[in-house]
Amino acid sequence: MRLIEIFEESISVLKTNGMRTALSALGIIIGIGSVITLMTLGQASQQSVKNRIQSLGSNLLIVRPGAQRSGFLRGSASGNTTLKYSDAKAIEASQRINTIQKVAAEYSSRTQLVYGRNNTNIQVSGVTGEYFDSRNITLTVGSPITEQQNQNMEKVVVLGPTVVEDLFGTNVNPIGKSIRINGTSFTVVGVTKSKGSSGVGNSDDIAYVPLQTAQKVLFGVDYISTIYVTAKNDDLMEAAQNQLGFLLLELHNKATPSDADFTVSSQADILETATEVTSTFTTLLTGIAAISLIVGGIGIMNIMLVTVTERTMEIGLRMSLGAKSRTIITQFLTEAVVLTITGGMLGVLIGVGASTIITKAMSLPTAISYQSIVLSVVVSCLIGIIFGWYPAYKASKLQPIEALRYE
Amino acid sequence: MIEVKKLSKTYSNGGVETQALVDVSFKVEKGEFVAIIGPSGSGKSTLMHILGALDKPTSGEYILNGKNVENMKKDELAEIRNKEIGFVFQSYNLLPRMSSLKNVMLPMAYGGIPKKERIKKAEKMLKVVGLEDKLRSVPNQLSGGQKQRVAIARALTMEPAIILADEPTGNLPTNQSNEIISLFEELNKNGHTVIIITHNDDIAKKARRVLTLVDGRIVSDQKNI
Ligand SMILES: Nc1ncnc2c1ncn2[C@@H]1O[C@H](COP(=O)(O)OP(=O)(O)OP(=O)(O)O)[C@@H](O)[C@H]1O
Ligand SMILES: [Mg+2]
Repeated sequence: MRLIEIFEESISVLKTNGMRTALSALGIIIGIGSVITLMTLGQASQQSVKNRIQSLGSNLLIVRPGAQRSGFLRGSASGNTTLKYSDAKAIEASQRINTIQKVAAEYSSRTQLVYGRNNTNIQVSGVTGEYFDSRNITLTVGSPITEQQNQNMEKVVVLGPTVVEDLFGTNVNPIGKSIRINGTSFTVVGVTKSKGSSGVGNSDDIAYVPLQTAQKVLFGVDYISTIYVTAKNDDLMEAAQNQLGFLLLELHNKATPSDADFTVSSQADILETATEVTSTFTTLLTGIAAISLIVGGIGIMNIMLVTVTERTMEIGLRMSLGAKSRTIITQFLTEAVVLTITGGMLGVLIGVGASTIITKAMSLPTAISYQSIVLSVVVSCLIGIIFGWYPAYKASKLQPIEALRYE
Repeated sequence: MIEVKKLSKTYSNGGVETQALVDVSFKVEKGEFVAIIGPSGSGKSTLMHILGALDKPTSGEYILNGKNVENMKKDELAEIRNKEIGFVFQSYNLLPRMSSLKNVMLPMAYGGIPKKERIKKAEKMLKVVGLEDKLRSVPNQLSGGQKQRVAIARALTMEPAIILADEPTGNLPTNQSNEIISLFEELNKNGHTVIIITHNDDIAKKARRVLTLVDGRIVSDQKNI
């Protein structure tokens, strides 16, 4: 029998056993589909968190007041007044620190912005000249806050796109316009580029003013909320973190790191904390996916095993009519491969379709998990092939009459 | 053509040994028409399966066309089952999901006959056994006698030199059974060697030679004149 005929015969066998074929294929389809969907979802949410944090800048160190063990996610440092603008200046001026590039300081608080009849209550950040650079914030129009403006305590402001829309409406160039912040008049000098509304704190709904203006004119404080330091390169992160830590201990007159009234956290620390949650989630989803693949696999096995008796008799008969073992094994293998590949492809289609729809709906990055496709297709096909081929192999070892009598 | 020497077959099932055949020896020449008779359980089917190269004896020799079957490779045996021997099973053994036509075509598929020719030949064979109106029926839409006739058509399609039939008329009414028997007689006249198991004395009388098996032994080997 020629291969093409064996192939045709397999198709016709699969067709005549329609219900059984559909059921075994369904096991494969559901198994593969759900593995791909769930793994993609897990990876997508993890990726989205990573993206958000990486958008902060990749070699960024963050110094915050207070001894916060888990860093960033503990959130607001309000009430912590231990970090001063002088600390930032000292870091910048220090001869001992040779691993860092830029130092930026920030004080932020919420307050009211008014333009004409419109007003909005948002976060206003007082920043130094290096701030925009070190945090990778780019502008669509105008210029960023400069160190000069900080030194001179100028009343200028850079607005986030959401704020512009809230105050001026759409299609208005706000540059040069005057708005009131906390009752004081400020000139708009720039608008930041949208980073998307996702983020730990909405970076589009924010206004930037010079740090000293914020401290002295707007809020009347002498401390700052954060110092951002960029390391010279990614490999120096740990060294920079240590140097910063020891310098600040000294500046704050603390003897040991356990007395520290500040926290230096790196990108890695932040990523770790933030991904901890999502990776638990991903593990959970992957677990469920694995279970569904196993269940799918058991379904295939079960259906295949049920057919063993019937098939063994069929094989005995075929052998008694002159089929060679090779032909028989080829036929059964073809049948199994056709079944599992078809089911596998449908499963991939469904999985990719479902993950695309779900990630789009949840506005997560759609990164189809290719390992999951390969893994689940291979596993399901192997199950199908082994259990499709097994009765053929076993029966081909028997005398035809024994196979015919098999029960 | 066919020669068996001291053929024995012992089945052992969980310590219980059944001697289905004991020291069976005989020879069948080309063109003979042999009937094998004997009570139920006497070993007729067992003998037939060995002659059909479907099973192996526990001991003894089976020489087919001068070659010892014991020494043949699996593929060689498959070839013999396909081309040399047509086997009609006592329990028909049709593939349940295939039509009569496809069942009859099966041996030809393994014999490497082109598909078009297969269909033609299978239709012809089914006509010969009187089933031209049942080409598309699957086995469970057929009566016992019809199934038996499909099985006969299947055994004949490769035009084997030897036809082995295990009670081919066991489920047929007398008139149909006579038709089938005349079919075998005709094949025999055309030079095919026919060995047939039967319980029917009339059929046995038509055969030119009758072997009688009792408890796995040949108790008589009679030539009808
Ligand atoms: N697979 C087997 N395992 C064990 N014993 C078997 C097997 N096949 C047949 N036998 C035994 O061998 C003996 C001969 O069986 P066989 O089928 O050859 O009889 P038979 O002459 O064809 O009978 P019948 O006329 O009823 O068809 C019986 O006693 C039977 O029980
Ligand atoms: Mg019998």
